[in-house]
Amino acid sequence: MPHKSDRTILLDARAMSRALQRMAVAVAELAHGTADLVLIGIQRRGVELAERIAKLIEKDEGVVVPRGALDITLYRDDLETVGPKPVIGETRLPVDLTDKHAVIVDDVLYTGRTVRAALDELVDFGRPKRISLCVLVDRGGRELPIQADVVGQVVKTGPGDRVEVQVEEVDGRDQVDLVR
Amino acid sequence: MTATLGKDLVGLEHMTPEQIRLILDTAEPFKEVSERPIKKVPALRGKTIVNLFFEASTRTRISFEFAEKRLSADTVNVAASGSSVSKGETLVDTAKNLEAMRIDMVVIRHPSSGAAGFLGQRIRSNVINAGDGKHEHPTQALLDLLTIRDKHGKIEGLKVCLVGDVLHSRVARSNLWGLTKLGAQVGVCGPHTLMPRGIEELGVKFFPRIEEAIEWADVLNVLRLQLERMEKGFIPSLREYYRVWGVTPERLERSPRAITIMHPGPLNRGVEIDSRVADGPHSAILDQVTNGVAVRMAVLYLLAGGRPELADAAKRGAGGGTE
Repeated sequence: MPHKSDRTILLDARAMSRALQRMAVAVAELAHGTADLVLIGIQRRGVELAERIAKLIEKDEGVVVPRGALDITLYRDDLETVGPKPVIGETRLPVDLTDKHAVIVDDVLYTGRTVRAALDELVDFGRPKRISLCVLVDRGGRELPIQADVVGQVVKTGPGDRVEVQVEEVDGRDQVDLVR
Repeated sequence: MTATLGKDLVGLEHMTPEQIRLILDTAEPFKEVSERPIKKVPALRGKTIVNLFFEASTRTRISFEFAEKRLSADTVNVAASGSSVSKGETLVDTAKNLEAMRIDMVVIRHPSSGAAGFLGQRIRSNVINAGDGKHEHPTQALLDLLTIRDKHGKIEGLKVCLVGDVLHSRVARSNLWGLTKLGAQVGVCGPHTLMPRGIEELGVKFFPRIEEAIEWADVLNVLRLQLERMEKGFIPSLREYYRVWGVTPERLERSPRAITIMHPGPLNRGVEIDSRVADGPHSAILDQVTNGVAVRMAVLYLLAGGRPELADAAKRGAGGGTE
């Protein structure tokens, strides 16, 4: 390592829980209820976050919110430079997306390229009447004209920084760190 | 450190178990792509692939073509008959001319053993062996491995018997390498005239009778009997072959377990395999065909990504959980 990295906690477990609660309310408001709502998590941690948000909405509204998982690896635009990703996650869309309100859920929004790929992939599965974007952390640094509709936390970062999201189901705890 | 494949896929003989597992694991998500309403992903958009077939093939060529198209590559098929090959052009000249038209990959089937490796050393494009002489047919063995893993949940420790013309079979050769590398026990069964000499030195069990093979095996991979073998005197007659070596329900009934039945196709019904077995409940023959497309997509995808020096640089620059 060239220099020692500096790690600060952006969200601890309780702060993350509150953020997700807020996000769940915001998603339900955004969709004017839950009638046509489908939550779609981007592999890998977005899938877990979508599951959490869906459960929170279900608790508040007393309805079942369908959710799916999307792996965007095969829609990336950088196979040549980044190389093939060794493990491609599952893509599972349990309902026909036509005329649904699809909410893409991801952990961090940065350049916007992942979301671009997700949009391309989603429309190959049907024609949602609307697609929204919900992220836990928006760290700025967009390279495409993409913005989130629901954000848990905004943080200013530089290109060398890293935002590391840990979720209980994958990493054993809930925490978001900023590493400079 | 994750495994990478390198430039070409020539055979399984010189691959590591990690590389083979990488292909099988990558094939898994590609199965789902073929179940989508739009059976296509843009991963290989802009890549040009030539399917160069110097030997007749239906299944393998179509399987490669589907794999290429479902990854959004542009494909051209060249068959030996009706092309400049029939005017005496050499293999390397044909390939160099294709390369001059800026292609990215060549899928080659050729009657000479070693043709794919030979070509791979002489052109810049990725080369994938779709069967070369009696040497190897790596994607067939990979789809066989994937099918076995699907049916049994593992490969290590399984007893897999290759039945029939092992001597002339590139499918058998590739299977042998793949299965032993992944820890399966391999058996062979068939007439002495169709067994390579010294095969037991590779740690392979030889079964002189099909009944013994059935008693031993978890999986039978029944090889196609090339009908011209009879003319050359390797076997007395087709009826005789069926009577002595044919995989029939009566023979399978005596097995203590349900044996998975595989066959690389095309089938000679009533010669090496009975129709009631080929269409029976333990037949995985059509699963093999389905898995073939997924395995070939995985191979194409993994080979197309190859610029490892850029990959390393990108990994250093990118942050965890950022994109």
